[in-house]
Amino acid sequence: MTRLVITGGTIIDQRGERRGDVAVEDGRIVEVGVDTTAALTGDRTLDATGCIVSPGFVDLHVHLREPGKEEAETIETGSRAAALGGFTAVVAMPNTDPAQDSVAVVEFVRQQGERAGLCEVLPSGCITVGRNGDHLAPYGELSAAGVHLFTDDGNGVQDAQLMRRALEYAKPLGIVLAQHCEVSSLTKGAVMHEGSCCSRLGLPGWPALAEELMLFRDIELVRLTGVPMHFLHLSTARSVELVRQAKAEGLPVTAEATPHHFTLTDEMLESYDAVYKVNPPLRTSDDIAALKAGLADGTIDAIATDHAPHAPHTKEAPLDQAPPGMLGLETALALAVTELDLPMQRVLALLSWNPAAIAGVADRHGRPLEAGEPANLCVFDPTAEWTVVPANLASKSRNTPYAGRTLRGKVRHTVFAGDAVVEGGVALR
Amino acid sequence: MKHLLSVEDLTADDIHRLLELTDHMVEVSSRPIPKVPALRGKNVVSLFFEDSTRTRTSFDTAAKRLSADTMNFAVSSSSVNKGESLRDTIETISAMGVDAFVVRHKSSGAPQMITRWTNACIVNAGDGWHQHPTQALLDCYTIRTNLNRRDGFDGLRIAIVGDIKHSRVARSDVQAFTRLGAHVTLVAPPTLLPPSLDGWPVEVSHDLDSLLADLDVLYLLRVQRERMDDALLPSLEEYSALYGLTPTRAARLAPHALVMHPGPMNRGVEMVVDPSELPGSVILQQVTNGVAVRMAVLFTLLGSGSAASIGESA
Repeated sequence: MTRLVITGGTIIDQRGERRGDVAVEDGRIVEVGVDTTAALTGDRTLDATGCIVSPGFVDLHVHLREPGKEEAETIETGSRAAALGGFTAVVAMPNTDPAQDSVAVVEFVRQQGERAGLCEVLPSGCITVGRNGDHLAPYGELSAAGVHLFTDDGNGVQDAQLMRRALEYAKPLGIVLAQHCEVSSLTKGAVMHEGSCCSRLGLPGWPALAEELMLFRDIELVRLTGVPMHFLHLSTARSVELVRQAKAEGLPVTAEATPHHFTLTDEMLESYDAVYKVNPPLRTSDDIAALKAGLADGTIDAIATDHAPHAPHTKEAPLDQAPPGMLGLETALALAVTELDLPMQRVLALLSWNPAAIAGVADRHGRPLEAGEPANLCVFDPTAEWTVVPANLASKSRNTPYAGRTLRGKVRHTVFAGDAVVEGGVALR
Repeated sequence: MKHLLSVEDLTADDIHRLLELTDHMVEVSSRPIPKVPALRGKNVVSLFFEDSTRTRTSFDTAAKRLSADTMNFAVSSSSVNKGESLRDTIETISAMGVDAFVVRHKSSGAPQMITRWTNACIVNAGDGWHQHPTQALLDCYTIRTNLNRRDGFDGLRIAIVGDIKHSRVARSDVQAFTRLGAHVTLVAPPTLLPPSLDGWPVEVSHDLDSLLADLDVLYLLRVQRERMDDALLPSLEEYSALYGLTPTRAARLAPHALVMHPGPMNRGVEMVVDPSELPGSVILQQVTNGVAVRMAVLFTLLGSGSAASIGESA
């Protein structure tokens, strides 16, 4: 049996921070040598000098494009990007073709993830069949097949009655419904945030209200039904306030924010470069400040990337024709470290154990680093500076809005199910 | 100046220089043989991804009067309909040797995107709701000559009436008129204004009648029938009653006031009165001046030497 040891790092998990070496055997942590002078030894050593050793990250929101759009990404290339970003589990959004509204499709997605072997790919299910907003998807069958998070992401569920029924039906299953908040009648043709910038650029606007209105409706549905909901990619200041209020009232709601929404503003669209087109759109500096405050005070539970690969030629189109979305898996940690002025343990809560709980995988991801725990780990250097070069990314696509940006914080090793899948910043599979 | 993408990129001095050059081009156009060799050997390609007979013809005439070679690339006859990307289209035509692209596109920002894929000059001939800079220049030239305002528009009162929200002409005209010193009022129902006017140096009114007597220029925009489908207007009849130029309203204009329109007009909607019976109408002059202004733009981007070099006939 191979014994893998991670030496010289600083462990940070939900229990706190300490210097320590970690030994892994057969998929589990077998020994943690805290504050000992004698380093642990093993058959294989991962050097963590100057690094933080933490539970692996969990991304609640990735688009892996398979099946249906393999020219943009496959489950294998997306899993590799995830592993390089320090993620050991990702929730695959259901807007594939065919959509993830049947056991056959979610099983396929899970198996492709297992074949790639780089992280755990957790298929989400649709709220409605085909994400069309008309009929409930078979939550019972999908839940029995291991699906925990259900969403029509890319579309908000427009029909209030249908959304109410979805929550009621979901109640005994213990699943979580996740909403892409967008009242579509307010965003017809919209390509960017509605405000002074879109008015000057002559582009149709996506008003903050379109998000906030559905978020408000769904919070009230949670109040009515008592069924938990998760809110995807909050983008506005008022959304943060609505969730803060709901939590203060004790409602079972959780929320995520993406790195691009807390780092970039709508003024990026002045370039008319479709790499900055995303849904919901980039907002204003006031919204960024509110998102950061929400990440700091626990209103927002998780950082999720909304990793959305698109083939280069589709992004080389005018803004109204290009698809929305940005890459995120390989830059998330660095953006959180560089742009959020938060204690490292808080950053890791947002990236690891909080989303693990929302995704229903808290039994194996985001665990404390102790003997007997599953070995899904990330080792990263919080001070290493690196420059984002699109061609060097593992994703099949190149649509990162951070090309040329120098960021701080780089993943050195990722251990998934006890095996090193990234070593020295290089994917081994 | 490498490209003409937006009036936003032009200073008041830039605009004045182009208008002075337009004077030369008007003179050239008035000759028995209105043609000079200034751009001989230059290849000007019209890339119209959206129909526009008048703007395309105007640019084409301008280029020919300067002896440039011209080529028309209309979308219906191109491989764009076969799924070729904008980038591939631009790179392919550029490879044939192009000095300037005149670009009309239904998407805001398309001309700016195109600059990434070619070394040719780009002239924006209208992009989405965004900009139509040569229209703004020909509008400035028309006001300048008719109201004898060679030194600028200080103190001029201009109302732009109609669908401001969806209008590239309005965005360009607001910037050009105010840069030259005019006082601009936008007149429209709130549904046809942009969601935010932060940073626009304009006033807004919903009461055309109260403005009419003080105006030096009344600029009407086309109001399109499809606006009713988006619940922006109850009916064209109501628009016409509140914002259209009726004979009653026309009679209240000052005698020197100009009436302008970028065309094509909607008779009976924004233009209820017959414009041929309006003494202040300069709508056809706008079209005429369009050719000279576009000659000035093409010469500025592609020509060598001074305006004097356009003196001799071809």
